Amino acid sequence: MSKRTVALELATPGLDAQGRPARLPLVAAAHEPERLGEPEASGEHMLINLGPQHPATHGVLRLVVELDGETVVRVIPHVGYLHSGFEKLGEYRHYNQIIPLTDRTDYLSPMANNVGFALAAERLMGIELTPRCTVLRVIACEMSRIISHMVWLGTTSIDLGAFTPFLWAFQERERIYNLQEMWTGARLTTSVTRVGGMMADVTDDFVAGLRQFVDTYPKTLHEIDRVLTRNAVWVGRTQGVGTMTAQEAINYSLSGPMLRASGVPYDLRKDRPYLEYDSYEFDVPVGEHGDVYDRYLVRLEECHQSNRILRQALERLPDGPLNVADPRLILPPKSRAMSDMEAMIYHFKQVMEGVKAPVGEAYVGIENPKGELGTYLVSDGTAKPVRWRIRPPSFINLAALPKMAEGHLLSDLIAINASVDIVMGEVDR
Amino acid sequence: MNPSAEALRATFGSAIGRAVESCGDTIVHVDRTALLEVMAWLRDTPGQQYDYLVDVTAVEYRDRERPLELVYNLRSLERRADLRVKVELDPRGDLTVDSIVPLWRGADWLEREVYDMFGVAFRGHPDLRRILMWETYAEGHPLRKDFPLRGRFSRAEQVRQALAANPEAHYSLEELSIAAAYDELPPDMRERLRRGERGRIPHSE
Repeated sequence: MSKRTVALELATPGLDAQGRPARLPLVAAAHEPERLGEPEASGEHMLINLGPQHPATHGVLRLVVELDGETVVRVIPHVGYLHSGFEKLGEYRHYNQIIPLTDRTDYLSPMANNVGFALAAERLMGIELTPRCTVLRVIACEMSRIISHMVWLGTTSIDLGAFTPFLWAFQERERIYNLQEMWTGARLTTSVTRVGGMMADVTDDFVAGLRQFVDTYPKTLHEIDRVLTRNAVWVGRTQGVGTMTAQEAINYSLSGPMLRASGVPYDLRKDRPYLEYDSYEFDVPVGEHGDVYDRYLVRLEECHQSNRILRQALERLPDGPLNVADPRLILPPKSRAMSDMEAMIYHFKQVMEGVKAPVGEAYVGIENPKGELGTYLVSDGTAKPVRWRIRPPSFINLAALPKMAEGHLLSDLIAINASVDIVMGEVDR
Repeated sequence: MNPSAEALRATFGSAIGRAVESCGDTIVHVDRTALLEVMAWLRDTPGQQYDYLVDVTAVEYRDRERPLELVYNLRSLERRADLRVKVELDPRGDLTVDSIVPLWRGADWLEREVYDMFGVAFRGHPDLRRILMWETYAEGHPLRKDFPLRGRFSRAEQVRQALAANPEAHYSLEELSIAAAYDELPPDMRERLRRGERGRIPHSE
């Protein structure tokens, strides 16, 4: 076969009369410059749409932004893209059947949500927990705080251009996820609590694994601290950005690290102790300036404190029963349900009829990683709540976004939005 | 029982309904005409100082005879005390109540959510529109007890409406009135803005 040559036709339209490529002048001619097709924009405000599919909005948040040049004049947040009607669904479910729904609200700290709901249901029914269950729930809450803050730290540092802390933070989160999997069989949809107890007890391997985590985790925190806290870019992008004074923070009902970064020393674990948090030694970090940088410092220190609480909880983890000894609340072991008539009846009644709550209502607020997660349950005496209300901390914190961002640059809006630490599953519910 | 309940009754008299206790929380029922006054008093009076609004929500009971309740959870950060204030409304009557946004900015989105989910209108709210459901949602208010779990419209109707929706209608009129975008509006939208259907017209007045 002979070699084939292909005649290429060079597509150079700009040839001069001699067939050479025409040269284009590299500098603008001295005469009147050609007007570009853009309108004169001075004084005109611009409408920018951010999201709902945008990596810096941390989910399906949509922000419509009015810009004057690069300055944010107005922010109009749109939420609801992930609305799943959890509260409505809860009205059609038994108390224990609602627990899987709580996983899916703030899906970055599922175990803490499980605990929040179970505590409210238990207050409604007047149940006293066993000592072992109380300590295990503290472990669940603090593990959640660590993974939630790690996700916050990782994604926020990416938003502000630092990639390395993201990898470190997510590695630590992965280790907790492995522990959660060891405990519950699920990494994210843990559903670890039950009304009156827990879904499962922890194994010795889990305890050893958590102990190892607690010993090695501070090293990562110190590394993140070394990379970010005195980093000129980080400091420049976060200090003095998105400031909320203490008064404003209270008036906007902010909670959690957002409230504390503004200088309000309020932590439900200290001020309205639940799960015997008042018997643990830990400090509540409080900011001074209420800006993005202080929120970072508060969350970083909270990770240290959570680690401290985990260590104490591991030391005191008592033996003994996990669940309350009430066969009307807690399912009997399957083997007994299959062999013992009485146990089978209890099993049947719980599965078919559910656990009935007395008439009344209960509100329990717990200190979730995002802020105060409130669970408000109203019962009319049946096995299904009349109303299950989640007080969503990130929804309420997000409402202050326009106040914080207006007057800042568009790039600061990204930093401020990141500092709120929203999770859309909870904002939209 | 929280002593604030007695103090309220001494100050406002008949505007305060019954006070009950449930699971350790004190619940005070307030007449809806006195709500704003009572809330301002609770926030600003020394000795009360309920400066933190925890939550605003509503409850409708399965019992059709019971009134719809608006629930305000208040907290005093200073005194570490909680108080729950309730306002009863007739679910089939006038669902209007004063907004407490003038007192707490944090009530803004919470009241919008109650409006969206229960249809309670808050008088004096700066921007009362749906928040979780979309603006053109026509099926009603999802957390009302007469609202079926799967929605009021059939699945076929829901699909038909979704397909018929204008995918270009990304922005509300208010957002479109932001200066540069205004000139690019179709004439009918400009006309609606001129008639005052939400939003400000740039360069007007």
